[in-house]
Amino acid sequence: MFYWSLIIILLGIYSAYIFGKSRITSNSRQLEIKTASLPTYYAQYIMVWCLLPALIVYFGWIIFEDQIIQNLVLANFDFDLNPALNASLLIAEIKNVALSDSFAEGKAIEILNAAEHYASIKYVSSISFYLSILIVMILGVMFASRKLQPSFRAQQSIENYVKYFLFFCSSVAVLTTVGIVFSLLFESLRFFSDVSVFEFLFGTKWYPYIPIREGQSGSQGSFGAVPIFAGTFLIMIVAMCVATPIGLFTAIYLAEYASPRVRRIIKPLLEILAGVPTIVYGFFAFVTVAPFVKTFGQSIGIDASPTSALAAGLVMGIMIIPFISSLSDDVINSVPQSLREGSLGIGANKAETIKRVILPAALPGIVGAFLLGVSRAIGETMIVVVAAGTAPNLTANPFENVTTVTVQIVIALIGDQEFDDPRTLSAFALGLVLFVITLILNIFALRIVKKYRERYE
Amino acid sequence: MSNQFSHEKIIQLRKKRSAADRRFKTYGLIATVIGMAILFFLLFTIFSKGYSSFQKTVIELDVTFDQETLKITPNATYEEQVEAKFFKVKKNAIANALPDLSKKDIKLMKKMFSINVDKEIKEYFLQNPNILNTTQKLLVTAHSDVDQMLKGNAKRDIEEKKRKLNDRQLEFFDEFVFTGRLKSKFNNFFFTNADSRHPELAGIAGSFVGSLFTLITVFLLAFPIGIGASIYLEEFAPKNKFTELIEVNIANLAAVPSIVFGLLGLGILLNVFGFPRSTPLVGGTVLALMTLPTIIIACRASLKAVPPSIKEGALAMGASKMQAVFHHQVPLALPGTLTGTIIGLAQALGETAPLIMIGMIAFIPNIPTGFTEPSAALPVQIYLWVESAERGFQEKTAAAIMMILIFLFLMNAIAVFLRSRFERKW
Repeated sequence: MFYWSLIIILLGIYSAYIFGKSRITSNSRQLEIKTASLPTYYAQYIMVWCLLPALIVYFGWIIFEDQIIQNLVLANFDFDLNPALNASLLIAEIKNVALSDSFAEGKAIEILNAAEHYASIKYVSSISFYLSILIVMILGVMFASRKLQPSFRAQQSIENYVKYFLFFCSSVAVLTTVGIVFSLLFESLRFFSDVSVFEFLFGTKWYPYIPIREGQSGSQGSFGAVPIFAGTFLIMIVAMCVATPIGLFTAIYLAEYASPRVRRIIKPLLEILAGVPTIVYGFFAFVTVAPFVKTFGQSIGIDASPTSALAAGLVMGIMIIPFISSLSDDVINSVPQSLREGSLGIGANKAETIKRVILPAALPGIVGAFLLGVSRAIGETMIVVVAAGTAPNLTANPFENVTTVTVQIVIALIGDQEFDDPRTLSAFALGLVLFVITLILNIFALRIVKKYRERYE
Repeated sequence: MSNQFSHEKIIQLRKKRSAADRRFKTYGLIATVIGMAILFFLLFTIFSKGYSSFQKTVIELDVTFDQETLKITPNATYEEQVEAKFFKVKKNAIANALPDLSKKDIKLMKKMFSINVDKEIKEYFLQNPNILNTTQKLLVTAHSDVDQMLKGNAKRDIEEKKRKLNDRQLEFFDEFVFTGRLKSKFNNFFFTNADSRHPELAGIAGSFVGSLFTLITVFLLAFPIGIGASIYLEEFAPKNKFTELIEVNIANLAAVPSIVFGLLGLGILLNVFGFPRSTPLVGGTVLALMTLPTIIIACRASLKAVPPSIKEGALAMGASKMQAVFHHQVPLALPGTLTGTIIGLAQALGETAPLIMIGMIAFIPNIPTGFTEPSAALPVQIYLWVESAERGFQEKTAAAIMMILIFLFLMNAIAVFLRSRFERKW
């Protein structure tokens, strides 16, 4: 469906373009008036009016088609025969049967009938889909071709359309944010209708398993996210303990001590470290750092878990080093030279200048870099999914196994997803918390950095 | 005054101060060296674990293409040959791999070969059909356990229960090594196969193609939208609240955790818009939204770098503002934008979490052929292999990481090349 409609639309707008160009040239020749704009602009005008309706129909169709077909099929289905059936499971079954015969074996007759019904509606729907795209394209061209007069200022209108398009492009960023907020809020609200907000934010027991049968022992699932937040926090602390000193000192060395040649070599290498995909760090943590931490723990008499917070945190810290160092490097470099010279001029040596003058001047920017690093540590997924644990554990011992927000989101959404199960929905509630916290950190950090830059510009 | 700051005291103080200075410099140096050391250690770990994956172990097997066993005649058509009983040929060949094997031995022996040996035999036969009724020495792929043993990744001097190969199989193994029938060969499967449950058959072709489709989608979406947004913000945006909102949003989106984009893809693209699950189309759309800020920042920087005189010249010649921008400014800003886009694509190539959220984590044993087909992606493939318990997958993981790092390196090299080749200093 995707390829065919793409081909139809492309052919359609191409012929619309040709049509528009030839029509306007012949019109202007007939009337013996020069056109107000170049003929291409008229052709483009026709093209836009051909494309837009087609796109609207296309997207409308793919959004609503499935829902409408499902309702039609279910409306014909006699639920009295089997009142226990769940509508969404049923529709999935019908679809499977309709798609391939191998599913059809041993299914009840009413399901087979419904599948046949589904297939026939689907067939009609796909034919009418192509037809309606064609029709709206032709209607669009017909509507727009009224404007194919030499006196019509096509260029102005095209430029206006382009401007709308450019505006739309830059609104995509806003739409994305709105989309994120809506998807998170909507599913979270469904989650919070089952689980109270208070329990979620302050409960200390995370046990997201809802009993399959009623009255099963240990029956109630519980969704207290404090152990998860604590685990995230613990790993973040370990990571920042690694990343902040190394990153900051690297930045100081590169900005103040290193010769231009050394800088030219080290900076790209740090960029490589920054460009390594996080799953690679996860692998590194899993095969190298975690076993090392375990042996180290044994050598000092602590029984370390193979998926300890320390291993994940150390590697996450390594990931954040280049982030902190490059941001701090920028910040230190933008401290005005006059401050440096003034300090050296009254006899302070380099270290004193850095410690007493440059770092205090650069502090807001460095704090901003630190906060952005924290935000990355909290939101980092692949390292912890591979190297940290999955069991919620309320502890401050970095040798133990803890879990994080991102790990729990991944766990909840891998495998079967049922969107009426609080276990699946809990991922969105956790995602919402993650989004809000990182958003606050980001806005705060960006504001600090911006203010700081303005001060020295 | 003279007593308080005697000459010696001043010298002492100066010594102390310069010692502190040197110490401070050393700290910086140490931190930098640590960073570099970690980088090299990381690369070393991956290369040392992964390079062996480019070789696979093969076993020389005497295969008898007997027409009775194959149940075909010498003048069989191609279709008949395809349908011939190659699994029986394989069975016989394995049973006679070593002399005097008992029934139990044969069973153990079978486990030392890859599960698809009959297909390899079949392929060989279809290429040379005139070998019917002869016995050929074929190199067939060994099971991953044998492979790991030969490469020394699996230990042999441990308890039998902890080993993948038991004592009897080790005897076979030694016999094979002794008679020189165990050989190493270039692992073509790693580059031509998609994922598999069997480490010796698993390859990156499927996930590579999936990643390629995903990146094409990212490029097709993010590049035009990114340029459009940059042009609007640089040239046409009025100074008002909404423009400010857009700017803040772009800055924030750059720092939103990638997994949240995955939730967006799941909640909106899959559940509301009904995009097909696990496909490069959805994955690419989500990653395009993630890459957008990178592209916009790069494009705006290069638009800013174009001297205003060029635009003004065009305007003075009677071009409309749109023409001045699109015909003169944008072409000059394109190299810089392209560089930023390639760097954004490199980020997108390594991104894993959002793809997991939209279901590109399913086990896909075949190579995808389109944007709307379920497929894997390289980083997700790495994740699947990391999580996999079998030893044979560990070297595959490292090798796949090597491949992804090579791709990232190439993309960045192209970006650097573009920058140096086309960037103009005004």
